[in-house]
Order: sequence, then structure tokens, then C-alpha cells
Amino acid sequence: MTGNENPYLPELVTVMKVIDETPNIKSFQVVFNDTEKMKNFKFEPGQVGQLSVFGVGESTFVINSPPTRMDYLQFSVMKAGEVTTALHGIYEGDVIGVRAPLGNWFPYQDMKGKNILFVGGGIGLAPLRTLILYMLDNRADYKDITIIYGSRTPPDLCYKDDLKEWEERSDVNLILTVDNEFPGWEKRTGFVPTVLKEEAPKSDNTIAITCGPPIMIKFVLQGLAELKFPEENIITTLEARMKCGIGLCGRCNLGHKYICKDGPVFSLKQLKELPSDE
Amino acid sequence: MADKGYLPKEKIKEFVEALGKDAAVYAPCLEGDTIIFRQYTADKEISLDRPANTPPKGAIYPQCETLLSFEFKKDAATPQKMDVELKANTDFPKAVVFGGRPCDAKGFTVIDRVFVNTDTADPYYKKRRENTTIITKCCNSPYAGCFCVGVGGGPASREGSDVVMTEVDGGYYLEAVTEKGKAVMSLSMIQDGSSYEAKAKQANEKATGAVRNPFPADARISPELFDSGDFWGRVVDKCVSCGACTFLCPTCYCFNITDEQAITTGERIRSWDSCMFQHFTLETSGHNPRPAKYKRFRNRVGHKFSYYPEKYDGAIACTGCGRCIRYCPVSVDISEIVGYLKDPKADPKQWAADKKDAKN
Repeated sequence: MTGNENPYLPELVTVMKVIDETPNIKSFQVVFNDTEKMKNFKFEPGQVGQLSVFGVGESTFVINSPPTRMDYLQFSVMKAGEVTTALHGIYEGDVIGVRAPLGNWFPYQDMKGKNILFVGGGIGLAPLRTLILYMLDNRADYKDITIIYGSRTPPDLCYKDDLKEWEERSDVNLILTVDNEFPGWEKRTGFVPTVLKEEAPKSDNTIAITCGPPIMIKFVLQGLAELKFPEENIITTLEARMKCGIGLCGRCNLGHKYICKDGPVFSLKQLKELPSDE
Repeated sequence: MADKGYLPKEKIKEFVEALGKDAAVYAPCLEGDTIIFRQYTADKEISLDRPANTPPKGAIYPQCETLLSFEFKKDAATPQKMDVELKANTDFPKAVVFGGRPCDAKGFTVIDRVFVNTDTADPYYKKRRENTTIITKCCNSPYAGCFCVGVGGGPASREGSDVVMTEVDGGYYLEAVTEKGKAVMSLSMIQDGSSYEAKAKQANEKATGAVRNPFPADARISPELFDSGDFWGRVVDKCVSCGACTFLCPTCYCFNITDEQAITTGERIRSWDSCMFQHFTLETSGHNPRPAKYKRFRNRVGHKFSYYPEKYDGAIACTGCGRCIRYCPVSVDISEIVGYLKDPKADPKQWAADKKDAKN
């Protein structure tokens, strides 16, 4: 819910900071122009927002800053289509629109006292980031935290400052990989699903959360099944073409569920119960 | 206020003009040999002879509408900063939908469940719906392709209507269904209708018995029947993905949102879209969950006969108006396809072969 009577009416926000994450991904830190709205804004890790560039349109992005750090909301945008290209032309100080929070969130309350395994690829780290930071801000509530994250090349890794910090922390096990050998890269190489197989994390009392390109997710899900993760302990967050973000416009459905409203977070168990477009 | 009345045929124009005094009246208007719902003006000819080619959906849910307008503004004191001003459209005048059929009125109830009865209601549809009175003409006899009784409706169904009119003795017997409808009955040209009640009831029963029912047991499809891509492939082989079925459907509500900008002002516009179009689900990356025609068609039938019922207590998102059958350029027949899926003896793989035999 947007807290607005009109769910289509965006809130105006000012872009405070633009971060070049990778050659084609930028992060935008925004604050509401209405300071009261900023103070009262609440969301849960995994919820998304619609960013508006007026005159171009809207697209859906996850809020990848955690609810424990409310100085700003952060969204990361890969330059791909019309709206994302327009967003890449936005400067600090520019005004854009946000409709948020939308959708459901990671069941982080149910994950307390468990080991957490994050498996991410490329910009798929964005939705995981909000939960990782939330968990690090409530570190005592969770047991071992393992993050397997990869991208095509080292420059394509998102959130390099976070990665550096997580690497240095003794209470986080971060495994980074890139697809192929790369000059100056001394860490692992290989696709994320392969690294997952090699690492073979234990499925006992462990929740796996994965996000990345569809093909990566497909093989990660297979890999987790081989590692005997029960389907209800495998969580993913989905993407689809969306317009309204409130379950009305009809395009992001999986059977009777709408990714924008009933999702984007689903367990593998839930997904298997829905009709597939395959 | 009376809840029953009689309107002689020659008073229809007068009635519609009286309704139009403080509301926009949408009525089936004759244009060449087609009947289209238009906002009534004195130069138009209303035709109640057969169901209109278009449903009246657009009266409450326009094909294109402005959701909000925006304006870029600069303050002389801060020339380096550009502000944006947003204004939501709140102009929802009173309206009347006159002369739709029970299937058309029921179409609005299908959309209501999605757009109104939710925690994120669509304010544009909701307010227009509240401001609209629906006066429906019951059908005397079924029209080609109609199958309303197969999906829980009927030629005299009251669902979604504020007033229903039944053709009797050179006029119409009117019955108010809601409080909004009762207000209409106070108009001066409405006469006492009590002597026509029995006749109207008889006419409605006769019409109900005459409508074909392609799904005698239940129209809902179970999800297991959706698996055969082979079956769906054959069913829609001839479909040209034109989207006519969705644009003429009284229940289809999928939409697109786009921005239009001219210099410093612009509008965010909502327009009907169609799940039959390849680009409907096409993502920027090139990934498309429903790239094949049969996947899109399966989703459309699935939405109406399986997903929607799953979400809304078994209600079917099809009113059996028959328009998608009548106006499909390649004669795809949704009632035939659902009927076939419903027949437990049917082997979907044989469907195309059977059809071929039947035609020869």
C-alpha cells in the first residue's frame, strides 16, 4: 500500500546521490520531498517500488536499502529500456516519482535462529542486499550467513563497498565468483550454480534465498534440490513486466497470483503449486 | 418511489433525454450496420434490436483515460532546480448506461471484484462506477454465439443492473433492482407497470429456456486441464493475435500505462491492453514468459475459467455475451474450447482431428 488514496499517484522524491555500481548499473539514493512522508515511511525487506521519470514512464525496482537505515531509499537500475535509460540520465538534485512500498517481502521473522544462504547473480544481489543488511543490523537473530555472489566480470559486481565490508567481517562467509578468468582477479571463477555445487552448503536448519538472471535461478534451484533443501526453505524473488504494481493491469500473473502484489517473494513450494507458462 | 413501471417504445427518446439532463448517457447507437455504445446526443439513433457490437465497458472504464497530469516548474530563485507538480484526474461526471444486455451489466461486476473490492482499489473506475446508473434491456431471444446461462447468467439476469427492462406489448416493463434504479422510476414518462409484470416474467422465462448451455455441469476449468501445450497449440493455430476478443469483451480489463509529454507538461495515460499481444508480457531483457500464441491464449482462457474463479469464489470471468465468437476474424470459439475441456471423455490431443472430421 502506498498510503495514498490514489495508488497511481507517485510521491515526489529528490535524488540525493547517484552511484555508478558497474558499467551499466547505477544506484539512486532518494528522499521524499515531503519530510513528514520520509519520517513516516515504512517498508519491509524485499518490497518494491515503481520509479517514475515523468514523460517517460514507470518501472519496478526493489528497495535495496534496508528498513533499518532510513536516511534514504536506494534503488539500483540496470540500463536496458526506455525508463531505465531515462533514469541513467538523472542527476543528483533531480525530482522523480516513487510509488512504494508494493508487494510482499522476505519472511525474515521465520528465518530467525536459522542459517542463511544467499545465492545471487549480477543485479540479482539488489533484493538480497536489503535483507543481508537487515540481518547484519540484527546479527544476533540469525546463525551462519553465507553469501555466494557472482557476475560476468569483476567490474560487473554490484555494491563493491558492501562486498569489501562483508569480506572483512568474520560473521559473514562471502564467496565471490566471476564467469571466466579476468586480469587481476584472484578469487574464484565459474558460474554461480557450479560454485554452489562445489561449496555444497548444508541444508540443515538453513534457508536459501536466491535471485539473479532466470537461467541462473533455474540451475540454482536444481542445485539446492540436490543439496536436499526442502522446497519451503528455498525462497526467490521474481520479476516480470509490470505496469500498475497493485495487481490490476493483468500482465505479471502466474495463474491466479500476481507477482507485483502477491509476490515478488515466493518459496519454491509456492511456485510449484502455481500453473506454469512452460 | 415505485420499483416497477412501463415505458412505451415511442417514449424511449424522451426517457433518454430526461436521463441526460444531469448525466452522460451511454446508449447503443446505430452506425451503418453496426451498433456501438456512444455517449448519446440528439443526432444519434438508439437501437435496442440486437446486442450492440461493443459492450458498454468504456462508459465506466474508458479505452483511454488520463490518470494524472504533470508539469515541470522552475522557480526564479533556484534556476538550477526543476520541480514537478502532479495532479490526479478527479473528473468523474454522473453517467447512465442505457440499453446494455444482462451480460454487459454482469461484465461490470466481474471488473468490480478486481478494481473495487480490494485494498488497492482503482479510484478512477470506482468513482465512475459509483456515479453510473445501469439500465439494462433483457434479451427476448438469444443471439448468435450467446451462452450466458452456461456461465451463471441469463437473458433476464439482474446482476450488475440498477434497472432491468423487458420488452412487452409495444413497450418495456421496468423493474428497479437497486435504490439508484428506483430514482429513475420517478421520471414523468414512466407509467404504471403492474399489469405487465406477469407477461414480462413469462417472456423472461421463455428467453432463458432458449439460450444454449455449452457447460451444463459447471464452467470452471481445473488447472490440470491446462497442461497440454499440444492441445492449446492446435486450438489457436488459426488465431491471428488481433486482440478483438479482448477489446470486445465486457470483462477484459488488462491495461497499459504510458506517459505523453509536450515541452513542460504531460499526462500519464491508462489504455486498454490485450493479453493476446506478444509484447504484453515482453520484458526489456528480451525475456518473455508468454512468447507463443498458445501460451497467451491458454492464459486468457485460464484467467476467465480457472484463475479468476480460484480467486473469487468460483465466479467465472466470462458473461457468455458471445462477442468474441461473433467478431473473431478466424472463428475461434471459446465456448467450444472450454466445452471440450469440460467433457471428461474428450481427449484433447484428438481435438483438432475431431474438428476436421466434423467439418468434412
